[in-house]
Amino acid sequence: MYLLNRQQRHVVNYSWMLFSLLIIAFLPFMLFGGLYFKSFLLLKSYTLKDLIFSHSWHPSRGEFGFYPFILGSVWVTLLAILISTPICLLTAINVTQYAKKRFLRIMHPVIDILAGIPSVVYGVWGILVIVPFISRYLGPWFGVQTMGYSILAGALVLSVMIIPFILNIMIEIFRTIPTELKEATLSLGATKWQMVKHVLLRKALPGIIASVGFGLARAFGETMAVLMVVGNVIKVPHSVFDPGYTLPALIANNYGEVLSIPQYDSALMFAALLLLVVSLFFNLLMHFFIARYNKY
Amino acid sequence: MENAIRIKDLNVFAGKTQILKNINVEIPKNEITVILGPSGCGKTTLLKCMNRLTDLYPELKVSGEILINDKNIFAPGADISKLRQSMGLLSQRPYPLPMTIYNNIAYALKLRGIRGRRKQHVLVMDYLKQANLYDEVRKRLREPASRLSIGQQQRLCLARGLAVNPDIILADEPTSALDPISSRFIDEKFQEIKPHFTIVVVTHVLRQARRIADNVIFMYMGEVVEQGPAKDFFENPQEEKTKSYLEGMFN
Repeated sequence: MYLLNRQQRHVVNYSWMLFSLLIIAFLPFMLFGGLYFKSFLLLKSYTLKDLIFSHSWHPSRGEFGFYPFILGSVWVTLLAILISTPICLLTAINVTQYAKKRFLRIMHPVIDILAGIPSVVYGVWGILVIVPFISRYLGPWFGVQTMGYSILAGALVLSVMIIPFILNIMIEIFRTIPTELKEATLSLGATKWQMVKHVLLRKALPGIIASVGFGLARAFGETMAVLMVVGNVIKVPHSVFDPGYTLPALIANNYGEVLSIPQYDSALMFAALLLLVVSLFFNLLMHFFIARYNKY
Repeated sequence: MENAIRIKDLNVFAGKTQILKNINVEIPKNEITVILGPSGCGKTTLLKCMNRLTDLYPELKVSGEILINDKNIFAPGADISKLRQSMGLLSQRPYPLPMTIYNNIAYALKLRGIRGRRKQHVLVMDYLKQANLYDEVRKRLREPASRLSIGQQQRLCLARGLAVNPDIILADEPTSALDPISSRFIDEKFQEIKPHFTIVVVTHVLRQARRIADNVIFMYMGEVVEQGPAKDFFENPQEEKTKSYLEGMFN
């Protein structure tokens, strides 16, 4: 027989569930707290404003300006989102509203394969294809001398990487719009395109925003593939053909050599903290927009 | 009697199963025709054939002719948008467009080609009144239509359907999800506007059919069993199946 009676077992089970729930709920705070604690050494000796807006990064001289990295990350991420969002949106609309059902069945495994490719492979592909393409064709076409290792290369590789994630959500969103809503719209005499433009897009808007937010969060934290093609030059980029440096790349490239300078370690922790805060900010922003457009 | 819709040898297949078998039906103008039958007999499919919403279901294969104003709607080159605009649709559950209450009707007007805010505003108010909705939503025209109750939404859909200025109204069990007051309103509205529209109502509710029908098309298992004026149909049914359905033998 059981050691405990039913009531007691209920209490025990419930406590375990509550415990797991609390662990998960507190995980972000624990991460945040740990990073804050580790970067405290840096925050003690510099103002936040200096750290974020200073251009010069010379750890050996005690100068820690994160501005080039922040800007590099933001440029690469936004550009990648800008490239992949319209592509995903049009593909999702096409596959769900226009193309034969067969197409969707082919698309799903393709998307899954794209999503499963390791980021190093994307990086190598970037070096072998995207970088030469930019230095030989795209750069000269715009009248720019470039090595190819640039913000644009990072953004292009990144945009391909996040396509499966955004596309998957978007397809699901358009697929779940009820047929009856389409019937209602068409029966008013709308053409298919009018239906897509005026009704389906509006109905799907909260989901579209969510999918872009998801892509944004992923893109902002992507390390390896971007690191391989973005150039890793600590300079504020002035055009998309300039090389740049991203926050995740900063952490990954330097983590091995931090021991010699005491504040360096703390600075990299601060970089991680920045990443976390910015991701959190994106997240909140998305929730705001979703709530704003979810009223229909 | 003039016929608004004539259906000739209509067959619909979904894969290998035949959903509609050799349908030959005539629907008189400016009357209410009820398509009656138990669930799953193909009533809704027949209705959806009439404004070619069957196009949305790639698995359906449709053959035959549907003549509206003596033009076959399946003829190549038929203007489907225009065809659909000439028929208002009221579905089982209301599906308001993801817009404000006001814009739900204004959008229909826009599709009909009515521009100009003044003109639109007057007409929107007019259609809201026609659907007996004006007093309830007068102060919340800019709210999302999804915030209305189901009964209100269905009346909004009716207003929207009327706003495209159709000749024909197709209604697919339009009251099955509604409260008694809203459904009585819809039934009465049909009676009221009948002189200006040809109305086709799908239902499996005998009582509703008795109440509103001028003509009845009785379907069973994808076939038309019997059709004719409501009086003859209810008082003097010819077919065995009709008799047993009227007696409530199956549903």
